Amino acid sequence: MVYLTRKAEFSASHYYHNPSFTAEENRRIFGKCNNPNGHGHNYTLEVTVKGEVDARSGFVVDLKQLKEIMTREVLDAMDHRFLNKEVPEFLTQIPTTENLAIAIWQRLVPRLEKAQLHRVRVYETPDLFVDFYGEP
Amino acid sequence: MKAHLSRRYLFSASHRLHSEHMSADENRATYGKCNNPHGHGHNYRLEVTVSGPVDQSTGMVCNLVDLDGFVEREVLSRYDLENLNTLREFVNNVPTTENLCVEIFEILQRGFPHAHLEKVRLEETMMNSFEYSGSGKPRK
Repeated sequence: MVYLTRKAEFSASHYYHNPSFTAEENRRIFGKCNNPNGHGHNYTLEVTVKGEVDARSGFVVDLKQLKEIMTREVLDAMDHRFLNKEVPEFLTQIPTTENLAIAIWQRLVPRLEKAQLHRVRVYETPDLFVDFYGEP
Repeated sequence: MKAHLSRRYLFSASHRLHSEHMSADENRATYGKCNNPHGHGHNYRLEVTVSGPVDQSTGMVCNLVDLDGFVEREVLSRYDLENLNTLREFVNNVPTTENLCVEIFEILQRGFPHAHLEKVRLEETMMNSFEYSGSGKPRK
């Protein structure tokens, strides 16, 4: 089994707000991230897939194909967007880095054919990142 | 759904690697430059990984304010700009980055209640780093 990781970057804005909390609770739990005008990050995405090395091609996965899937499913949908308003998952969920990693996993899984998705890592900043392994 | 959250912190400290169980020659042979009696320092990069179910009402594994507050209070304020050899835990324990990594893991394990502690990773320089996930547990 060989693991292959592909990186991508995207920039987006978001804010944290739960409509079932009071205004005071939202401010207390989410702090500055609750500012409804939003704020932005340069996100780095790392997608790791695993599989056996194909004897003919020497590849775990066709990197060009993986890059296209990541571009179509993630970057086209999220790069230079306001996540809360423009990405369907986040009309109903808070766009935390945790939920972002889960949403990206769910977007990628049905598109991957040969390689198996192992991990989605999303860096919100170089000092804060979330890993999702598809665990329930 | 279960996710892993990792947060990185910076602190600077000095240390000297020297074991009371070895002769002066053995210390020099084992620790080389790190055995310099006057000590030397590093900018340590600490990476703490916690895990747990993502809370549906907050979208979080744990509130970063709680994690940052705990690490600041219990780890950074203890080690930042200190000489590690002067601290209680390193009186009889050489302050290698291995031992420091285990100490920090145990501080978090004992006192941080808001998420499951997965791993502590400590970079002594950009070229070397150490990881501890608790005794007997394989690394993910």
